[in-house]
Amino acid sequence: MKLELEQAQNWLNEFFESIIENKDLLNELDTAIGDGDHGTNMERGVKAAQEALQNKPATDVAKLYMTTAMSLVNKVGGASGPLYGTAFMDMAKAVKSENIELADLIQIGTDGIKRRGESDVKMKTMIDVWQPVADGLSDDKLNSEVIEKALNDTKDIVATKGRASYLGEQSVGHLDPGAKSSELLFKALLNQI
Amino acid sequence: MKYGILIVSHVNEIALGVTKLIKEAAPDLSITYAGGTEDNDIGSSPEKIQAAIDENTGDKILAFYDLGSSKMNLEMLMEFTDRDIEKFDVAFVEGAYTAATLAQISSPIESIEESLAPLKIK
Repeated sequence: MKLELEQAQNWLNEFFESIIENKDLLNELDTAIGDGDHGTNMERGVKAAQEALQNKPATDVAKLYMTTAMSLVNKVGGASGPLYGTAFMDMAKAVKSENIELADLIQIGTDGIKRRGESDVKMKTMIDVWQPVADGLSDDKLNSEVIEKALNDTKDIVATKGRASYLGEQSVGHLDPGAKSSELLFKALLNQI
Repeated sequence: MKYGILIVSHVNEIALGVTKLIKEAAPDLSITYAGGTEDNDIGSSPEKIQAAIDENTGDKILAFYDLGSSKMNLEMLMEFTDRDIEKFDVAFVEGAYTAATLAQISSPIESIEESLAPLKIK
């Protein structure tokens, strides 16, 4: 399936609201293994995206993803800015001439995060949610359990990328905050497919 | 060809401090910096980094950064810009200082790279 403009708008609007609602939880998760500002940073980014899209509503999916990307890149302030920003920027480029299959779209976003973060799965990052979601979409097996399991699996991973990697073994037992915000992203997506 | 130097840090005062330090070693080069978020909080602002790139008058910009998102924002901007920017994954202060010393006397880029190699952090 392909995500059309209205579905994609609903998806991202729900994601933006969900980030704002979960700001404190994201900060808390980040306090345990990072610098404690993932919620605050993401909230700043999604509010900028909301404002930008209100001022100039997107007329196609490429513009929607690009405006989202630029808002996150410019306003987040932490590592999640360029990571989410690159994902949405690459997705915007991929749908510029014509819309593509959702599974391919999410895989392109995932590859963007891997490139920008020079990282891969099993490093306790947002990729540990993005990649299983991309796989689930391509096998037509994506549901909320798949997303929750991916998130919860980050608990047992020793962080080898990002701020949490400074903690090494001590990062075990904590959820990755970027994986949590990614879970919110894809839970919102589920409501549109 | 004239070098320029770009300093990117999560903290405005760190960027300012490193810039001050390396200006001593390279008084004749264009050295620009970006530190912290737009509100001068701790973080990284692509808009600030872009402005520091725009201000830099070097033909080849040697770029130094402190932590993860400074690096990622820098890399993202490098994908877009047509300026000649080389980013070094080296010990921030010592790397920038070493490069500044060599860039000031217009050392070839190969010798700058060679001198920075032992300072590589990953």
